[in-house]
Parts: sequence; C-alpha cells; structure tokens
Amino acid sequence: MAEVKELVKELSEKYGNRRESLIPIFQGIIDKNYYLSKEAMLEVAKQLDVSAADIYGTASFFSFLDTDAKGKYKIRICKSITCDMKGKSGIIATLEEMLKIKVGETTEDLMFSLLHTNCIGLCDQGPAMLINDNYYTKLTAEKVRVILGDYIRNK
Amino acid sequence: MANNINLTIDGIHVSVEEGQSILDAAKKIDIKIPTLCYHVDLCVAGNCRVCVVESVGRNNLIPSCATPAEEGMEIKTSSPKVRRARKDLMALLVSEHNTQCTTCYRSINCELQQLAAEYNVDNDIYLSVLKPTAKVDKSSWSIEKDDSKCIRCQRCVRTCAEIQHVNALAVTERGRDMKISTFMHLPMNEIVCTNCGQCITHCPTAALTERRYYDEIWEAIDDPDKYVIINTAPSVRVAIGETLGYNVGERVTGKMVTALKKMGFNSVLDTDFTADLTIIEEANELLVRLKKALVLKEKVALPMITSCSPGWVKFIEHMYPEHLDHLSTCKSPQQMFGALAKTYYAEKIGIDPSKIVSVAGMPCAAKKFEANRPEMWDSGFQDVDAGLTTRELGHMIKQSGLDFFELGESEFDSYMGESTGAAVIFGATGGVMEAALRTAYVVITGRPVPFENLNIIPVRGLEGIKEATVKFENCVPEYKFLEGVEAKFAIAHGLINARQIMDQIVKGESPYLFVEVMACPGGCIGGGGQPIPTNDEIRKKRMEAIYAEDMDKPLRMSHENPEVTQIYKEFLVKPLGEKSHHLLHTKYRKRNRY
Repeated sequence: MAEVKELVKELSEKYGNRRESLIPIFQGIIDKNYYLSKEAMLEVAKQLDVSAADIYGTASFFSFLDTDAKGKYKIRICKSITCDMKGKSGIIATLEEMLKIKVGETTEDLMFSLLHTNCIGLCDQGPAMLINDNYYTKLTAEKVRVILGDYIRNK
Repeated sequence: MANNINLTIDGIHVSVEEGQSILDAAKKIDIKIPTLCYHVDLCVAGNCRVCVVESVGRNNLIPSCATPAEEGMEIKTSSPKVRRARKDLMALLVSEHNTQCTTCYRSINCELQQLAAEYNVDNDIYLSVLKPTAKVDKSSWSIEKDDSKCIRCQRCVRTCAEIQHVNALAVTERGRDMKISTFMHLPMNEIVCTNCGQCITHCPTAALTERRYYDEIWEAIDDPDKYVIINTAPSVRVAIGETLGYNVGERVTGKMVTALKKMGFNSVLDTDFTADLTIIEEANELLVRLKKALVLKEKVALPMITSCSPGWVKFIEHMYPEHLDHLSTCKSPQQMFGALAKTYYAEKIGIDPSKIVSVAGMPCAAKKFEANRPEMWDSGFQDVDAGLTTRELGHMIKQSGLDFFELGESEFDSYMGESTGAAVIFGATGGVMEAALRTAYVVITGRPVPFENLNIIPVRGLEGIKEATVKFENCVPEYKFLEGVEAKFAIAHGLINARQIMDQIVKGESPYLFVEVMACPGGCIGGGGQPIPTNDEIRKKRMEAIYAEDMDKPLRMSHENPEVTQIYKEFLVKPLGEKSHHLLHTKYRKRNRY
C-alpha cells in the first residue's frame, strides 16, 4: 500500500485539482491501496478543496469505488439472472471453499474480497466474473480452480 | 431587455420574461401549483415531480419548476391527469415516510403533511416501505436528523452548499439506498457543520429539526429550588408572533414578556441589554486595535470581525483557522448575558447563582452549541443552561394554554432588561455595524453619526455584501489619530458571502477596518431557529419590524443605556477592564477543515 498523502498528491498532479479529476483520482487510489479509506477520502477533499461529504457522496454512488476495506484482488461474480441460470451458485461455492470466506467478506491476509456485482455485460458467456479489471467467462468449477489457483500462487 | 413570453395557464393569459419557469408564470397570476423540492431561496432541482402540469399537445407531464415558459404554451395545472399523477406521487412519498404525525414536532407545519391532506392520499395504494433501521441522530447540541422523515428533496443539501458554502450534507449511496447524509455517515457532532440551522428552516418535513430543550425548562420552572431567568434576543419579538397566528412582521414584544412571566419564568430579561454592552466592549476593542495599528505601528489583525453569530464563529474556526485573530474577542450577547446573570445579576437580586437556570430565547440553532462550549463557564457555572429557538418558545407559549391574543403588554425586568434601539437592530443584517457606528462616531468625534435620524441606510437591506464609508472629522483629542481617516466597513450575511470577505483577508487585500458577519441570510431575523417558512419576502417584513422597533425606542445609541452605565459603575468598572476580560471576552479554537 502506498502512503496516502503522497499518492493523492501524485494523482492530483497527474489528473488535476478540479472536481472532474475526482473519479480518476479515486481509481488511482484503489489501484494502489485496494479501497478508499477514510484518510484517503479526507486527503482528496483537502487536495481538491471539496467538502468531505461531497467526496463521500461521489464515492458511495459507484459500486466499484469501495469505501470499506477490501483485498488486493476483488472477485466480483455476476448476480444477474442469466449467470444464475448458467450455474453461478456452483461457482460461488467453489470460490468460497477455496478462499474460506463468504460473499461480501475479505480474506484475513487482505488479498481477496468476494463480491457480487450487477450485470457486467457478458450474459452470452455466463457465468462470468471479474477479478479486478480482468474478466473470466463460461466459468466451471474446474476453470475457477485454475484461475484462482494462479492468483493465489502469484500473490 | 429580455423578450416576453406569452402563454396561457388554466385559460388565463400571462406574459413573463424569457427564462422564467411555468411555476413563476403561475405565481404571477396567483395560481398555486404545489411544490416540495422547490424553494425560492435555492436553485431548481426538479426531483420531487409534485409540481407537474399538463402542456396541451404534449404527451408527458412536465415539472413546472424546471420548465421554462414557452411562447404559445397552453398549460393545465389541475386537469384530472395532473391530479392523478400528483396524488400518486404523494402516495409514493408517503409510503416511504414515517407517518407518525401525531408525535411529530413539525405536525401542522409540514409541507408533506399538508399536501398529503390536500390530495387526500389513500393509505392503501402503496404499502409502507419505510426502512425500520433509520435512527434519529441526536448527537449534535443543535440539530437533530431523522432520516425516517426525509423525502430526499435535497433542499438541505442545496442550502448548505448554495447559501452557506459548507456542504456538510450530501447525497450518498444510490437507488433505494440513497440518503442524505454526512461524510461516511458520521454523526452530526463529528462533521464540519456550523450548526446554523438553515437546513432546518429549509426542510419541508421534520427530517431536520433543532434539538429541543423545553421539557427540561418546564421542569426547572416547576422546581421551587430553581430560579429560572430568560433573556430574549431582538429578532425573537418580531417573529414569534408567526408561530402564534400573527401576520409576518407583527411585533409582539410586550405580550411575549407577559406570556413568559405568566408561564413562570422568575425574571424576564432582555438580550438587548448585553447587545448594548457588546457594542461598548467591541467599539473599544476596535479603537484599541486602530490605535495599535495607526499610532503604535504594531501588527494587529484588521479588519476586526464581529463574533455575535455562533454559526459564523464555528465557520471561521473550521474554514480559516489561521485567521482567528480577526475575530473580536467579545462574546456574543447571549454568552455575555449568561456570564453576568450568574454573577452581577445574582448579586443584585440576592440569589445563589447555583440555583439560577439561565435560558436564552434565540432565533438560532447554533446558540445551543455555543451555550455548551466548554469555554463558556466563566461565571463558575455553565453560563447559559439552555438555548431555545423562537419556534420552541412559541411552542411553550402554546403549551401554557395562555390566550396570547388577549394578553396585555409588560416591560422586561430591571438590571438587565433595559435596551436601546441600537441593540434591537442587532437582529437584522447590518445592525451590529450600525449600532457600533452610532456609538463609535460619538466616542471619536463627540458628535452623533452624520446620518438622518441616526439611520445608516447603506448598511441595511438584503444585498449579500454591503459596504459603507465613514469619514472622521474634528475628532476629540484622544482620537486625533483618526482625523480625516475614511474608514471602510463591510457587512456580509450568509456564509457564502462571509467566505468572499475572508478570501480577501487571506490574500491581504481587504480594504476594511471592521466587518460584520452573520451566518444566516438576513441576519438573525432569518436565523435557523426562526419560524418556518423563511424567505426574502418574510425576511424583509421582519426587518421592517426591527427598524420600526428601533424608531420607537427613546434611546437609540448603546452608550446611552442607563443600565449599561450602571453595570460599569457598580461592577465592570471599565470597558476592556479586568472583569470584562474575564466575563465578557473569550478565545477561539482551530477546528478541522474537512
């Protein structure tokens, strides 16, 4: 994790100090620190001279901008009906078994968070999931073991 | 000159300037369209849809507040289609609302309740989907936030942003989870909030209310061991009538005093007395600063800025913590009163100060917080035990069962009940400046301020920032150093305007010697504790009442107040003296900016 103050300063130099810079700065923080901590949001408020409430209002609007502690890898399983009919529950069972956490939880080593997401536009290739910005489609229990195994080994 | 737009509303022809909304046009011909998220003080949001109307030839209903009038439009404001839509909208809002109206503080003064009744909303159309988890946030001394009564119109959010530039409240989360909240849903006492209470006076329901203390006051009144005194602020007497059935702008000073005495307050005194005292202390403080700057060439913070408005004081503590030395060290009249009530007054009437319960009737929500500041224990006790809003006082008078209309008039009790017109005008923006100038000019030149009838017109009115220039000529020997000085003064009300003054100061470009700041638009007459609704039309009427009350006073300069003369003679000795320093002046603290 990066030092928040430095990180926000760097990001605001890159994207600017205007209100429009808010989302790219948020994304930059999540990239490095996995989620928007209270300290990080206050630092952004200071840097952009925007009230903390406004910062939080924007952050809490977007589901991909996490404002509570999350792991380095955010696994988001599509919860919409198509993926559900294609066997989402089996995928979740496999993930839960491998990570020893339930949906909504984060592993103790802060490496993985298991989350639901709304439709990610891959209905024709369901069940689908995201791990951070990478998508994985036509999942089976087997496939999940390979994919997640790679992440676990390389973390 | 803007083009005129012609349209008809309910068959009546109306002509408005280009850019005006259908709602504006309807108002012009006295057609009432219901609104909820719309407030005349604020920008248009168009989120509640209650103001929808039908435009002939268009399929969809349109929100009248957010739609500009167009040439040739034919508007229907009350067709069956419109009425059905509004009724449905109301029903949906009610289905999410805590409808315990019988136990609600805003009952009979609630815009949602009134509209729901008007449209006779059927209880059974939609099931209640009120979230059971909503808890009332009572953490702040000043403001209570009850999300179960919020209709998410965002008037508070816009108020905090547009009028006060504080942005303490924001729209958070999304969809059905959306709620008006604070940074990370922190409790109200932990956020950057000035307690000004403008969100309360702009809220259509009871989602935001002042924290109420009147039950404790009734208990104290009933307790034979307690001696309960109340002081009422200048702007209360010109507004409390509104809560009791009077027209806006009617003064009820004498009746209010009678009511408070009949209700059992042991002494009914006047905050105006300490407003006069504030002027003496503050004018002297300013003269000392000017002498230091001009004669001794010392570095002092100028302009000096008034400190009567506790919302403003907390604002500068949060937003400009490096510039607190500009604030006058004078306590507000409420806090001066409290400190003297449990020292000077207790001595005068021979009552043990530990038995005194000191209550302040204020137009203000922030006064509640101010009373509870840890600095405010200079009498050896909590100087002010409770601050009540004008609304709470009106409520108490109603509870008392008195027939207010029939009451006779009485005078405030003595020792701390005498006041001048200069103190009365504290209630309106520009009033403190005018009062200070009336006295300072006499002190500096030995002559009354050169304005007809002492009325310093340039500092009055609702313009956001006002300026005045006064030239000092033929000064008395002590103040020869001000000879020929053209002193510039400024008045700001509404914290967004205060910010402009402060930004100038930060840049070192402020041309002023003395600045008055009030947190609320219009000053105290438009305070966060005043009757609801408040808008510019109402502010103007209350201001007129304040200036009429001033003209009625035989004495109109603070230094002429005989009780002020007496307290210096018998107790305080001299302005800025040791006792004054201890009881009437205070310190400020740096607070977090974000």
